[in-house]
Amino acid sequence: MTDLSNRKPETGAFFSRDRLWHPPGLTPGYKTSVLRSPQKALLSLDGTVSEITGPVFGHSILGELDNDLIHNFAKSGESAIGERIIVHGRVLDERARPVAGALLEFWQANAGGRYRHKKESYLAPLDPNFGGCGRTITDADGYYAFRTIKPGPYPWPNGVNDWRPAHIHFSVFGHGFAQRLITQMYFEGDPMIWKCPIVQTIPDKAAIEQLVAALDWGNTIPMDARAYKFDIVLRGRRSTLFENRMEGN
Amino acid sequence: MVQPLGYLKESASQTAGPYVHIGLTPNFSGIDGVYESDLGAIMVTDKTLGRRITITGRVLDGTGTPLKDALLEIWQADAAGLYNSPSELRGSADPNFSGWGRSATDGVTGEYRFETIKPGRVPFKDGRLMAPHISVWIVARGINLGLNTRLYFGDEEAANAEDPVLARIEHRVRVPTLVAMADGDTYRFDIHLQGDKETVFFDI
Ligand SMILES: [Fe+3]
Repeated sequence: MTDLSNRKPETGAFFSRDRLWHPPGLTPGYKTSVLRSPQKALLSLDGTVSEITGPVFGHSILGELDNDLIHNFAKSGESAIGERIIVHGRVLDERARPVAGALLEFWQANAGGRYRHKKESYLAPLDPNFGGCGRTITDADGYYAFRTIKPGPYPWPNGVNDWRPAHIHFSVFGHGFAQRLITQMYFEGDPMIWKCPIVQTIPDKAAIEQLVAALDWGNTIPMDARAYKFDIVLRGRRSTLFENRMEGN
Repeated sequence: MVQPLGYLKESASQTAGPYVHIGLTPNFSGIDGVYESDLGAIMVTDKTLGRRITITGRVLDGTGTPLKDALLEIWQADAAGLYNSPSELRGSADPNFSGWGRSATDGVTGEYRFETIKPGRVPFKDGRLMAPHISVWIVARGINLGLNTRLYFGDEEAANAEDPVLARIEHRVRVPTLVAMADGDTYRFDIHLQGDKETVFFDI
């Protein structure tokens, strides 16, 4: 990757994760977590070189349509059905510094709430022009943008009548393997956010609200697409100025 | 009153859900033509330095049932013990090895698989060498925050015995949960999410 900043590479360990802010492993309201959550205490490990380093993804991996879910699976001259939107924002770290060169991968259901997947059982129809995945890399200011259609809500087997609010899944790769994060983006004004057992795995209302993208009227493109702004925050890094390390390391 | 620190909160995690393969391994999930190939599917080329190994195994839930919808990523040093990362200040890693791989668990068998190389040793924070190891990250439906663990090698008994991270495991009966057993060049590493054999997971 081309060096996106004059700052020297950062080698500090990451701020410890606030595990009261994240969902706990065991959340019985989300039934699948019951048999898939570790029951023993995690072993705390302040970052070694194995955790503070991470791979770099260059812009060369990106295809021209990777950040356009309306067209990246569509037949030539056609486009996906649905409400056309732009999702954009910045990836920052906890120190409010932009994270340049972060790889974002996203996936979502189509406008009817149906995923293109063999195990998907919802009766809503597939859109032949919608695949449901895309990716991009943040620029030097940590900024990203992509085009898609607004996903539909969908029912899922958990409680008798549980539905997911409209959402886009995000996978984020920052600068260290310990910064790895998967989360979901929700849409401003959706009353279903507050009924969802997966949203409710997050204990703190403020942490949920941080995942709700605002309708960004200023960036809406007339006669084309509305915009939603979604900023993502990754773990910050400690300064290495006063780290006690062996000479020469 | 005090000056505000001005820090932000890390975005809260949400489960990767049942369709994580659509987003992260679309070709594997049958969505062809969007990306040429799935990221992290191929770690090694003819030019990569080091001993070729295969790592395979399953992720098992509390009943011992393998997860068929999980996704694993690994991160490791090159054969000389250097990470291919801008934060690696000790030297330049093998340019033909990124050190990062991604594998979906199979929809029928639940097996994941990485074709990689045996990593060299890297130092702990105090300069002591850690035993060769690979960092592993696991996400799936039902996992609310990605799980971090490490794979160590069963044929590195002497190095494992002096590894400063393994040494911190108080309940010694749990150490083998991090050690992959060798069968020639194939290492088997099953990850147990719960139960007597629950893998040691890290808060890194
Ligand atoms: Fe979903």
